[in-house]
Amino acid sequence: MLSCKDVSTLLSDRLDRKLSLRERISLRIHLAMCTGCSRVERQLEFLREALSGLVKPPDRD
Amino acid sequence: MTEKILPSELAEHRPYLLKFAVLQVGRKEIAEDLVQEVLLAALKGVDGFSGRSSVRTWLTAILLNKVADHRRLAAREVSIEAQEQALGTDSVEAMFQANGRYASMPQEWRSPEESLTDKRFFDALEACLRRLSELGKQVFLLRELMGLSIEEICKELGVTTTNCHVLLHRGRMRLRSCLEDGWFAGRRDR
Repeated sequence: MLSCKDVSTLLSDRLDRKLSLRERISLRIHLAMCTGCSRVERQLEFLREALSGLVKPPDRD
Repeated sequence: MTEKILPSELAEHRPYLLKFAVLQVGRKEIAEDLVQEVLLAALKGVDGFSGRSSVRTWLTAILLNKVADHRRLAAREVSIEAQEQALGTDSVEAMFQANGRYASMPQEWRSPEESLTDKRFFDALEACLRRLSELGKQVFLLRELMGLSIEEICKELGVTTTNCHVLLHRGRMRLRSCLEDGWFAGRRDR
């Protein structure tokens, strides 16, 4: 069983590399049962979105 | 083959470079000087632009060199581990109990999308970014602002893949926690 700490590593790694099938399955099982980690999952994705808003791309017009 | 780049095209990248530089060196005056040097170097065509990478990638590479020069001059070069230790390497460790559960339960963030239209949110985000270690910040910005791959970041900064993943994990978890305390906690009761 993965701990929340292990899951936080996988949630971060997922943004940078393709997880193995085994990692994806254990991650999905844990997320289905854990409210805290599901929140962190959404928040890390939000963080990426927020960073892309930090610098607006130069105006091309 | 060296391609000609127009000054106006370079100027378009200035806000981005400045943001990147401020987050790297911490002080706006120094950042402005560095960006000025980058744009001058680019105009002179030193480190010739090959056309194989995007202009922004090329400018970022020059900026990274300038930042590195600046650091050497300022004699602020500190080993990676020393930096992490000064910040408390264990700040991520401390987020978890011995059994791997969260020490304090991650909270639900109230309408995060709304924050993306609030300038103050981005100020809070920048303040949180500044609290990362120098190297952690550099890896994170190259990944999220520049969109470089792990492979490219390793090559650029001379860190191992494993260290790169570790730094990104630490960076993201610290930012998550910093934003939760510094921004979202204050919005919960509104």
